[in-house]
Amino acid sequence: MSAATAVTTTKKTNTSAGNPRGPRQSIMSRGAAMLIMGVFTLYFLTPIWWLLVSSSKSGGDVTGTAPLWFTPDSIPTFFANLGNLFTYSDGVFGRWLLNSALYAGLGALLGTVIAAMCGYALAKYEFRGREAIFNVVLSGVLVPATALALPLFLIFSQVKLTNTLWAVFLPSLVSPFGVYLARIYAAASVPTELLEAARLDGSSEARTFFTVSTRLMAPALVTIFLFQFVAIWNNFFLPLIMLRDQALFPVTLGLYAWNSQISQIPELRVLVIVGALVSILPLIATFLGLQRFWSSGLGAGSVK
Amino acid sequence: MTRNHTAPALAAGAPPARKPKTSAAQRRAVLLFVAPFGLLFLAFYAVPIVFAIVQSLLTVERKGTFGPPQQVFGGFVQYQQVFQNTEFWESVGRVLLFGVVQVPIMLGLALLFALLLDSPLLKGKKFFRLAFFAPYAVPGVIAAIMWGFLYSPSLSPFGAVTSQVNFLSADLVLWAIANIVTWVYVGYNMLIIYSSLLAIPTEIYEAAKLDGASNLQIAWRIKIPLVVPAIILTGVFSIIGTLQLLAEPQTLRSFSSAISSTFTPNLAVYTTASVPNYSLAAAFSVVLALATFVLSFVFLKATQRKVSQ
Repeated sequence: MSAATAVTTTKKTNTSAGNPRGPRQSIMSRGAAMLIMGVFTLYFLTPIWWLLVSSSKSGGDVTGTAPLWFTPDSIPTFFANLGNLFTYSDGVFGRWLLNSALYAGLGALLGTVIAAMCGYALAKYEFRGREAIFNVVLSGVLVPATALALPLFLIFSQVKLTNTLWAVFLPSLVSPFGVYLARIYAAASVPTELLEAARLDGSSEARTFFTVSTRLMAPALVTIFLFQFVAIWNNFFLPLIMLRDQALFPVTLGLYAWNSQISQIPELRVLVIVGALVSILPLIATFLGLQRFWSSGLGAGSVK
Repeated sequence: MTRNHTAPALAAGAPPARKPKTSAAQRRAVLLFVAPFGLLFLAFYAVPIVFAIVQSLLTVERKGTFGPPQQVFGGFVQYQQVFQNTEFWESVGRVLLFGVVQVPIMLGLALLFALLLDSPLLKGKKFFRLAFFAPYAVPGVIAAIMWGFLYSPSLSPFGAVTSQVNFLSADLVLWAIANIVTWVYVGYNMLIIYSSLLAIPTEIYEAAKLDGASNLQIAWRIKIPLVVPAIILTGVFSIIGTLQLLAEPQTLRSFSSAISSTFTPNLAVYTTASVPNYSLAAAFSVVLALATFVLSFVFLKATQRKVSQ
């Protein structure tokens, strides 16, 4: 309200601009806006572009040629590099990609279902301890995941499960932020009347959830899935501390290991560059493919 | 923060007076829905926290000089060590300095981009949105490797700059990391603020527009106050992220000798754990988690008070 009145008073000093989107002011600010966004587009995309260009060069050419443009034989070199990447050290890179896909893909899928069920129950049912559970979950959001990595390692070593895929997979399933988002979204998008109607029709609670409510919550579910997927794909401390066996590494840890050996094995540099490019493509593809969903679900966490 | 979000929606959906009593079937359903998350949360959140606290209270003792090491209860011995450990506190100071500088810059940029995306000034919004968000798909390790090459004087495509300024030197490497983190997360924060802007009903500023308010005035007096909750959310996550810094500095260590093995608190935890001195590392973790919790909680409370005034 106060904002609106404040703006109306400024109108009097501003009468010369009868049309607020007058052409002169508009061209100036349009130009400024496009300039800002243009400069930052370069900032955001140049490193990725450099990665793409460098992936198409042989070891010596990465430094010797124009860094931001291709060489005449870029295309065959790119495929040669790809071939080397997937055959080096018995094709361990392909293994890493599969591991990441398993940890992040399956982990996020299961994690989303689990978080959605809990958030939904917290939003749509009244039961004792509901607020207490929600508050515990919320403090979970504020606990840094990396603070848990070391104690998790100690616990898993008690049960002799370090250096197994379970050590990375199981802890990744828990997403307190997912529960938080699911609760907010379920409260806003699943009408209680609908649940009561389903009850009158004799549908069980679980069936109603999986057939009706999840559809209404779809944008939030995709958002939870994506962000958990990224969180697991990017997770570094947990696999770093848990895994010794290269065959279990996710792709980030594998590339990290290669990168720290470059000074001894220089030919790894090209593999690290190509591998970095290959490892970010699935994420970019996932984000582009699901854009429609997450762009509407993203705001749910903060909108009042 | 949360009650404000959910309470109105709940109240509107379910007037408690009319609601029938929860049936046995519904109680079973609640159990079914909550149990999987509850058990996993217990096993992989609650138990580790307790375990870390217990471990941090243990200390290693030997019977005689060469006797086998034994873990015994040592009270707050480890915490005494934590408080005397200057390297750890230097690392805490370093990430706090990092946060004080980097978080406002990152969120300021994110807010600026979100407002520009929401303004009528821009064409090609979809392109900008994707271009700015793309780095978020790059894991911290990969981003650090990429920027490591871009910074290094011999490899960088910007040799003219990097041969003059050594971004990987002891003076600058913290800000080199700040740039990597900013590069990855600006777009993500921008999208959170932007979707919160999209949720504002346009009628709110239609009137102001008719009255001749400029885009700048609308942004400053109407839009920004309304997206404060989103900015707070991004602020909390940024604070948590800053205190947790690990992947970027750890990866950059192969490009720069200026990053010590205790450069950030989490690096100190990792280094101490691989000694292995689990008890001291656990004590570091507990202190770090507590500090993070307190800091983000204080931030939430402080900003909430400001908003409600």
